[in-house]
Amino acid sequence: MIRREIRLQGLGGQGIITAGHLIGEAVSLHDRKEAVMTEDYSPYITGGWSRADIVISDEKIDYPLVSRPDILVAMSQDGFDDNWEATAPDSTVIVEAGLVNTNAVKDRKIFAVPALSIAEELGKKVVANIVVLGFLTATSRVASREAMEAAIVTRYPKAAELNRQAFDRGYALSPKEAP
Amino acid sequence: MTEVELVHGVEISVKHPRDELLRADRLPHIWCPGCGLGIVTKCLVEAIRRSDVPLDRHVVVSGIGCTSRLPGYLNLDTYHTTHGRAIPFATGLKIANPDLEVTVVAGDGDLFNIGGNHLIHAIRRNVDLNVFCVNNFNYGMTGGQFGATTPIGARTATTPYGNFEAPFNLPYIVAAAGAPFVARWTTLHVRQLLRVMRRAFQIQGLAFVEIISPCPPTFGELNNFEDGYAMMEYFRNYSRVDDHAELSTIGLSMKPPDPVVVGNFVDTRKPTYHELERELIERARN
Amino acid sequence: MAGNYACAEGAIAAGCRFYAGYPITPSSEIAEHMSRRLPQVGGHYVQMEDEIGSIAAILGASNAGMKVMTATSGPGFSLMMENIGLGVITETPCVVVDVQRGGPSTGLPTLVGQADMMQVRWGSHGDYEVIAFAPNSVQEMFDLTVKAFNMAEKFRTPVFVMADQIIAHMTDRLVIPPPEDIEVVQRKKAMKQGPSFLPFDFSQDFPPMAIAGEGHHVNVDSLTHDERGYPSAKHDVSERMLEHLIGKIRNNLETIVQVEHYLTDDAKVVVIAYGSTSRSALHAVKEARRAGMKVGLLRLITPWPFPVREVERIGAKAKAVVVPEINYGQIEHPVREHVDCRVIGIHHAAGSLVPPDKIYAALEKL
Repeated sequence: MIRREIRLQGLGGQGIITAGHLIGEAVSLHDRKEAVMTEDYSPYITGGWSRADIVISDEKIDYPLVSRPDILVAMSQDGFDDNWEATAPDSTVIVEAGLVNTNAVKDRKIFAVPALSIAEELGKKVVANIVVLGFLTATSRVASREAMEAAIVTRYPKAAELNRQAFDRGYALSPKEAP
Repeated sequence: MTEVELVHGVEISVKHPRDELLRADRLPHIWCPGCGLGIVTKCLVEAIRRSDVPLDRHVVVSGIGCTSRLPGYLNLDTYHTTHGRAIPFATGLKIANPDLEVTVVAGDGDLFNIGGNHLIHAIRRNVDLNVFCVNNFNYGMTGGQFGATTPIGARTATTPYGNFEAPFNLPYIVAAAGAPFVARWTTLHVRQLLRVMRRAFQIQGLAFVEIISPCPPTFGELNNFEDGYAMMEYFRNYSRVDDHAELSTIGLSMKPPDPVVVGNFVDTRKPTYHELERELIERARN
Repeated sequence: MAGNYACAEGAIAAGCRFYAGYPITPSSEIAEHMSRRLPQVGGHYVQMEDEIGSIAAILGASNAGMKVMTATSGPGFSLMMENIGLGVITETPCVVVDVQRGGPSTGLPTLVGQADMMQVRWGSHGDYEVIAFAPNSVQEMFDLTVKAFNMAEKFRTPVFVMADQIIAHMTDRLVIPPPEDIEVVQRKKAMKQGPSFLPFDFSQDFPPMAIAGEGHHVNVDSLTHDERGYPSAKHDVSERMLEHLIGKIRNNLETIVQVEHYLTDDAKVVVIAYGSTSRSALHAVKEARRAGMKVGLLRLITPWPFPVREVERIGAKAKAVVVPEINYGQIEHPVREHVDCRVIGIHHAAGSLVPPDKIYAALEKL
């Protein structure tokens, strides 16, 4: 059994929950492995915190909650501060470069991804979450590239081109993709 | 007529025109001498018999209380539910099968104390129900305690020093909530009651009729009506028919010489829940 | 798909065409989904003024011949209690979903609880039996809702889906089988009959139901009634009616009771759990097995009627049972009634799922 726990936390409006759904759909519907997601958010629609927890596994998942994230994606300072201690030294930690200061933490493998500025370059801030998914896919292999792309296209058929660009930009940033 | 074979376990002559509408094997009824509910039953049976709707489609729903025992004596599909909940139960029946002619017969306590919220919401939705509220100004079945319709100063089992809570004026509330048909009569007005019940069956939408009724052993006795007859006499002497009455002024003191204003106060047409829901379903399916 | 949506889809697949409810966290998505889906299939979504009205309305609609449901959470469930008794005594099929949250009172509206397990069994006044399912996955929110409808229609009684906030809001893959592969029980309706027709024939467990408007002229009564539906204050009538209402469930336990065993055969210690807690329990049991402990899991898919035979069997073999729940010992209580071995309750306050570590720690000590 390979069980992996993923936590995404950021601000309302950043597409955190959507990113969680996309990971779950890629794993569950396209890679045909098991995935469950739970979500949580502050009572404010925009500006409050928002969190998506995904557990993925090769076999049926028993305990559905995340207790020690193998992968943490923090799109806000709080998202990092609240959760980094729960990760293990070998966990993958991905943060939004423009919003999260990680200087205080030395014993984690941290990737700072400028997802928001890339999204702005592409003309739509809302695709920052897709940039992150590209990076995450390349770095962690939680889902296959094909599955993740299929999940995104299925959900947003009309924004296929923009999302593809966003995904590719994030994917290319991964050190694992470096030539 | 096939109804005769549906009478449970009892041979009933079809010759008497009203017997087929009663569960004769359940008689005598439980009501006190001088109570108005016998008259209400007679009027309702007659109104149903003369209605254009086939008997099988008439459904009568009640809550709990003296009035709510009425449907149990009718040889129809009848539902004796819980206290205050006749209206939402009837709402479910009617929405699920709009072909049913659904009548709610219940007391003032059932409809305006414990079930008050349900009633105003059924009116707001304009569910096509006939709501016949028999108002006897107190909780009769439990021994005559005061309720939402007990007049100021009236003595009851729980207002031994006189009631100081302001009573509801039923037609005024119901009209304010938006009922398309609102009437008030007393059990003295047998012909008018029969007519208004028949009219209620024709109304598309919620038709509300307040029926003022004597409760001789409790409310009557403690409030200067020595028997049922005495209250009927009050109705005869002090009822004033006024279809155009200003509804805010027709609250009841039940003290002569204050009048009991009766009439068919509101008679309008507006879309029913069922008509609007049918449109919505059409839209959703396309 | 999230658990609440799976529940709503299960209802529609089972033939539910009437939903009345009042929004309440964490069950509201069921109402929202029903408001969109029911009109598409020609059904009725009614948003009532409160939960008392909601349950009364579904009982009315069921008597008009429809398959009906409402969904709520703790506070609304409390409000429904009186009319659940009305459903029981009038033998009206309906499904009530309780997405359990933290209590008492308003408690923890957005967080998980399992503390309505005794209320569902005993909450309405008077003697009665209930059928209640406790789903532990998104798939079971669908499957057990279908089953709840089938049981309600067959047994002519309110049937409960005792979900919880974790399962209701969790997203997982849901497989909706093609309609022809879903077993759906249709209500046995009374045919128009002569004067000998007894709408509440207590001699049968499941007498056919007389539907409003179909010519039966039935009296459906909240008062204690005889086989004709006539109210009666006679002791023998009361006895006949109650024997029937209780007997139709107690006489058919083998067709209702459902449990799931995980490695209980050789287990010295068995965890007994239900709903979302059973997933923590499974995690802990697997870990304990890896550590060499002889432990197993008995999952109660139907906490009510209580799986007496299955629990007794476990109690006769095991040296201890562990009962974790998000409450202070509600299902632990009947477990104690039916086993002679040691019983350890793991009481977890409302607001979060019992952590597997807490269960593991208890297993380790035994």
